[in-house]
This record gives sequence, C-alpha cells and structure tokens, in this order.
Amino acid sequence: MDTIKSLEDLKRIREEALAKRKVKETSGVVQVIVGMGTCGIAAGARETMKAVLDYIEKNQVENLIVTQTGCIGLCEQEPILQVVKGESEKITYGKVSPEIAEKIMKSHVVEGNIFQDNVIQL
Amino acid sequence: MAYFRSHILVCNDPECVEKGSMQILEILNKELSLQGLGDEVEVLDTPRIGICSKGPEILVYPEGLHYIGLSIDDIPHLVEEQFLKGRSVKKFLAPSKEEGAQELSEPTLKEVRVVLRNCGKIDPENIEDYIAEDGYAALAKVLTEDSSEDVIQKIKDSGLRGRGGAGFPTGMKWAFTHDSLGNEKYVICNADEGDPGAFMNRAVLEGDPHSVIEGMIIAAYAIGASQGYIYCRAEYPIVVHTLNIAIQQARTYELLGENIFGTDFSFDLEVRQGAGAFVCGEETALIASIEGKRGEPRPRPPFPAVSGLFGKPTNINNVESYANVPQIILRGPEWFAGMGTLKSKGTKTFALAGDVKKTGLIEVPFGITLREIVFEIGGGIKDNREFKAIQTGGPMGGCLPAEYLDLLVDYEKLTEAGSIMGSGGMVVMDDETCMVDIARFFMEFIQDESCGKCVPCRVGTKRMLEILTRICEGNGREGDIELLENLSSEIIEDSLCGLGKGAPNPVVSTLRHFRHEYEAHIYDKECPAKVCRALISYEIYPEKCIGCTLCARNCPVDAIAGELKNTHVIDLDICIRCGICKQVCNYDAVLVT
Amino acid sequence: MTVKTKICRDFIETANQAVDMYHSKKKELIPILMKVNQEIGFIPKEAMEQISSRMHIPKSQLYSVASFYHMIFTNQTGRHVIKFCESAPCHVAGGREVFDALRNVLELEPGETSSDGKWTLTTTSCLGVCGVGPVMMIDEDIYGNITPIQISDILAKYE
Repeated sequence: MDTIKSLEDLKRIREEALAKRKVKETSGVVQVIVGMGTCGIAAGARETMKAVLDYIEKNQVENLIVTQTGCIGLCEQEPILQVVKGESEKITYGKVSPEIAEKIMKSHVVEGNIFQDNVIQL
Repeated sequence: MAYFRSHILVCNDPECVEKGSMQILEILNKELSLQGLGDEVEVLDTPRIGICSKGPEILVYPEGLHYIGLSIDDIPHLVEEQFLKGRSVKKFLAPSKEEGAQELSEPTLKEVRVVLRNCGKIDPENIEDYIAEDGYAALAKVLTEDSSEDVIQKIKDSGLRGRGGAGFPTGMKWAFTHDSLGNEKYVICNADEGDPGAFMNRAVLEGDPHSVIEGMIIAAYAIGASQGYIYCRAEYPIVVHTLNIAIQQARTYELLGENIFGTDFSFDLEVRQGAGAFVCGEETALIASIEGKRGEPRPRPPFPAVSGLFGKPTNINNVESYANVPQIILRGPEWFAGMGTLKSKGTKTFALAGDVKKTGLIEVPFGITLREIVFEIGGGIKDNREFKAIQTGGPMGGCLPAEYLDLLVDYEKLTEAGSIMGSGGMVVMDDETCMVDIARFFMEFIQDESCGKCVPCRVGTKRMLEILTRICEGNGREGDIELLENLSSEIIEDSLCGLGKGAPNPVVSTLRHFRHEYEAHIYDKECPAKVCRALISYEIYPEKCIGCTLCARNCPVDAIAGELKNTHVIDLDICIRCGICKQVCNYDAVLVT
Repeated sequence: MTVKTKICRDFIETANQAVDMYHSKKKELIPILMKVNQEIGFIPKEAMEQISSRMHIPKSQLYSVASFYHMIFTNQTGRHVIKFCESAPCHVAGGREVFDALRNVLELEPGETSSDGKWTLTTTSCLGVCGVGPVMMIDEDIYGNITPIQISDILAKYE
C-alpha cells in the first residue's frame, strides 16, 4: 500500500482511484452495492447480501463486483441495493428482501432489465 | 408573526404560469376573502410543485393535497369544499402515490448534503474511495499552507457552531484551547449520540468515517494536540468496527502518526467505547468516562479547553462539527457562511423519525421551515393521519404544535419557541399520540439516565415522574400541574449540568402547548388521544363483528369471549388494554373509548 | 477440582487476560470491565476481586464504576441478553405493543432472567436506527421493523 508523505502523493493516489473507477465503468463490469449501515442490517441487509452472494455462486455470475456502503438516509426503504452497469446511471432499489434480491440479480444484473417494482428515485 | 391554519402554494413555473396559475392565485385570494378566510389561509407562489404538464397546480398544506389541472371556474367550489367544509375535491387530486412509495418525489430538492455528501456513495472501508472524493486534500492544504492561527480564523469566519446541541462557536472553542498553556493537549470527538431519535452521527461515522478523522486531525493541528479520542457509545458496535478499520488505514497511509505529510506535525487517534450511559454525552462526564471513572459531570469553570482530559487542555466537538471542517477548508469559510441564517450558518443534519412517511436522514441549510421538513421532505404524516406535534432536540427538547410549522429552523428560533436544536433528532407525532404520555416517557428516560450527583436532578425528576405517572394512571390531582411547574423551574435553575437543566423541557413545552390534555387527564379522567391504558376501554362493535375469533385467539389474557360467527365481547375486568385485538381485527370492529 | 472451582478459575483467568490486554492502566478500567462482561456475560465477584487485586483499585470503587453503566452487568445474565429499545421514536412507531408481546412470550419483566437461564430481558436507550423502529438487539444482532407476530420466530433462532 502507498504511504502519503506529500501533496503529490495524495494527488497521485486520488488520480489512480479515479482511474480505477473509470475502468470499472467503461469495462462494463457490474457493481452491486448493498447498504450495510446499522439501519440496513436491522432491516435485514445481511440476509440480502447473503442472497446476492449465494446467487452469484449458484449461477456462476462473472464480471461483477459486490461492495457495501453506509446509510444513505432513507431508513424506511432499507434494505437498499444499488446496481451500476458500466457507465449507465446507478439504479437504487428499496425494501430488498432476499427474495427480491434474487429477482433483481436475475432480471437486472444478468438479463439487463431493470426490476421496476422496487426502484426508488433519489 | 401571523399563523395561518392552512397554506396554498401555487406553482409559478413558466409552464404553469402559461396555463393561468397566476390568475388562479388571484381568484383564490378573492374567494378566500369573500368567504372570510383571508386571515386563516395564506396563498403563496412557489416553483417546482410537480408535473407542470398537468398544470396549473397547487399544493394545500398541512394536508399535503396536490391539485392539478385547475381552471378559474373551479376555484369557488374548491374553496368551499376544501376550506369551509374540510373536504378534498377528488376530481382535481393528482393520482396518489403508494405509501412507502417506490418513487420519491423530488425529495432532495431542499437538501444540501455537506456532511452527508459521501454517505451511501462510497465504501467506508476503503480509504481510496474517500481520497477520490477530495479526501484529505483539506488536511494537505492546511499542513502545507496555513498556520494554526490561520485555520482557527477560517473556522471562526465560517460561523460554524457546535453541532452537538449547545451551538457554541467552534472557532472560538479552538482558539481557547490553542491559547491554553501546556504542551500536552487533546482532541476528543463526542460520538456518544444518545438522544433518542438521533442517528445522524451514526450514519456519518458508518458511511464516511474519514471525514471525521480528517476534521479531527485539522483541529489537532490548530490547537496543538498530538493525541485524540473518538468516544463512541457502546450501542453502536458496527460504528466502532468501521472506525477502527478507517483509523488503521489512515495509519497505513501515514495520514495518522508521525510527521504527517512530511511536516513536523504528529497526531494519532484511538476509539474509546462507552458503556451505556446517556449522561456521558455531556463533555465533562465523557472525560470522566475516558479516565476510567463514573460518568459524572462536574461544575465548569474550569472548561475543558483549559483543563480537560487528565487535567490538560482539551477540545471536544461533536461528530458533525468535525465532519464540516474539511469542506470549510476546501471550499472556503465564505461558502459555508453563505448558507443559513444570520446567526446559524451552514447546514444541519436531522433525523426524521416517528409518524412521518419518509423516516431517515436529511441535511438542510438553516432557515428551512418545520413544515418543509415534515411535509415536503418527510412526505407528510403516515397513514394520512393529522399532524399533532414535532419534538426537536432529543429528550431535553420541546414539543411544538402545528402553529409552529412555519418556524424557521435555527438555534435562536427553536429556543424562543420553547424547544432546542439539540443534536438534530426530530420525532413527528400524529393525533394518536398522548402528549402527557410523551412527557412521562421522556421523563422516565431522563430519570433513568440521571447520574445522581445533584439533588435537583436526582430527586426533582423522580418527583416529576411520579406525578406524571399518576396522571397517566388516572390518579391526577388538583394542584399537580402547578407542582409540575414549580418543580420544573427549580430543576432548571439549580441542576449541575445540561441534562438536569433540560430535563423538565418536555413537560414545560407540553404544558405550554397542550395544557388541555393534562386537564382532561386530571379533571375529566380522560385521555383525549386514547392512549393511557387506565383511561381507555376496548369494545367490540357488534355491527361490524363477524365472529371470526381472531381477536380472542390473539388475546394474551383470554379476555375476549365469543362463539364462531357470533359477536365477541371483551371482559374489561380482565382486559389489559394491550391493543392486540384492534391490530389483528380485519373488520375494524374494535373501538377504543 | 469441582465444577465450581473450575468456573471460578476461568473467571479469574478472563479477568487477568483483560487486565493484561490493557496493560493494567487505570484509565483503561472501563474497557477492561467491558471485556470481562463480553466474555462471561457479566462480571462475577471472583473477576471483580482479581481486577481489584491486579490494578490496586478498591472493590467499592470498581462496583461504583461498574454499576454506573447500563451495559455492564454485575449479576448473572441469561445465555442471551435482549435489549429492547424503549425510546420515544420506537414507542411512537408501535414499540409498546411489540414490548408487551415480548414480555408475554418470555413471561419476563425488564431486568429478569428466565428460570432456564436462557434469556435476560432488558431495555436500552436509543440504538440509533429509529428509521426502522421498533428495534431490539439480541446479543450483538439487531432487529428492526418488528411486529408482535414476529417475536416468536425471532426468539426461536437462539439456542
């Protein structure tokens, strides 16, 4: 890992981080982001995350990154799951139970169709 | 300031204006005047109400009704139905969105996310995500370009006030600590967010921990400290976990430790967990807790800036105060001071909870109204019930009724109205809330959390709780209200710390605004909101009961008798008023009287 | 060695490990107490005596500190500790009905431990997840959006 001893070091790391992000976007890799703040966990986000990971394993889904994020502030919509495909707009889903997570994985991530039932606009 | 019982907002976007919305506004004013409602209903114009293609559009508050496609001829009828008879006119109502809706209508239009800017967008366990969002650029700037006095001046110029509740000017606090003598100084972050209903700090620490770390390092540089602590409550184990990862990563990148950015400034940070004591949110109690003692406050002076942790000069600020610092440095104090009101600059996070449709976190500039928060951002009251009160400032705050919905939110205005800013919790209450029960509820919490050191708080709150409990149990007496008032003023006057001084506030504010509820409990032995168990009964309405036996099967004390397909009856001598029968009944056959 | 002696030795050993972990520093007293509390579920007399002896702090002072904080228990708790949020936002969101259901199912009042040693029911102040209230924690697991009907299923997950 890099250490930051000067302004130049910081700039370099920032640019690398932004470049990595760009690469993710242009390569078409899919990002699935699960909200794992405490409110998300209280609403069942751990089970949702497990459902996502189980789906990936069972169906051998590739070209995919799963990450987590904190509380967006829409607590009553938790568990929240977001999907970003390449450079397309990030789609945010609310009230994502493990069953809904499976449907989103199948419909949006694999087949490319947004699962309209649970979409929320930020 | 005049208080109107209703507001009409008329859309003034070009498309709506073209369709005649300004003529509608004029006719509304005329018609309201004609009906003698000019002093009760205010008409305002505003942009961006909604779908202008279906204009002209108006919004009626406090109901939150959205009327579209209106013409001048429709107005007299609308005014008569809506404002005289209190009935909405369905044919003009915009198609309603389902509750807990998948589509949020322009929710963040009024929000300005400074402290929450990265929450939900970055991976909090990846420092590079933070760096990509200009993370640690403020620290770099400060260490390479500014002296400690320069930094303090910038914070002073921004007008940042402590976000923990007291609202003390942050720049001034940093200056005091900087000026105190001694080489050993400390920086502490108060992450003991104990106010029920407040979870803004949790979200920031879980979602963007580095913003707080960076703010603390800058503060340490400004005051001359080399060690810091984040005191985090034990009820937030995930936060502690996230913070430890973030601190470790910052150390690995040498943003914490010796010679940061190659300068001779060194600083390190540690997380300290609380152990379950609300009073440890008070700064001197917090310090005692870090020192390994009972979390009891002590008199001030000396203030922590002069003699704090281990007797050394210490700067304590709230999570949100630190989280604002990097942005103030990067974007300039003038940018921050350009938001808000005269004395309350910048933005504030609030946690909306209770009976509001969209619970969660918001961040808005000071000067927004409570109405905008509850009805526009919060989406209005759940289940379309009526708004009754909003409690701001946590358990030492006050409850404000509907007349205060147009209050501009800032430190001074909230205090004038009988409440406080507190850390930012807002609990919205509907008409099914009993305000005496709420006052008792908060007093119970305060009594439990009182450290016990001073008599006014320890004994005073206990006595107040006894009186409130008696009132809720139907044993209220003549003189109880006066006794509550006397006790309140003594406790406020004589308590040692902010917890004691604020403890009577829920009672004082509910007595001020909802005195009639206390009187009903005491003199009529009635609970108008039908909440206090000793003052209510449950009855089954024979006309609606179909004898499905669901209530009887769910009753925890077998108080309901009845045969299948016959009307059921509740035995009030056995009934414990738990309300389960009403919840499970699918036919609305259970009444509360 | 009797079972009782072995248990006492384990308590003393846990206390020693906690004190060593924090290098016997007085200012680390609360983390030490919390560590023992976490390992054993409460702070037994034997552990308290060992901490007192190792750190040269009078027992009365230790009890004074331990009893001040809600999350440190000085009496034996059940295998699982339920912390139900009793704060206003959860109360307003239907917390009272959920708490009543919990008390009925467990047949316990706050502060009590079940006779089979499985459950201790306590109340806690705000857990900071008010947006998903009513809320409770069982050990380190947090549950939100609870309704009375879910109580039995949630409790059934624990041995």
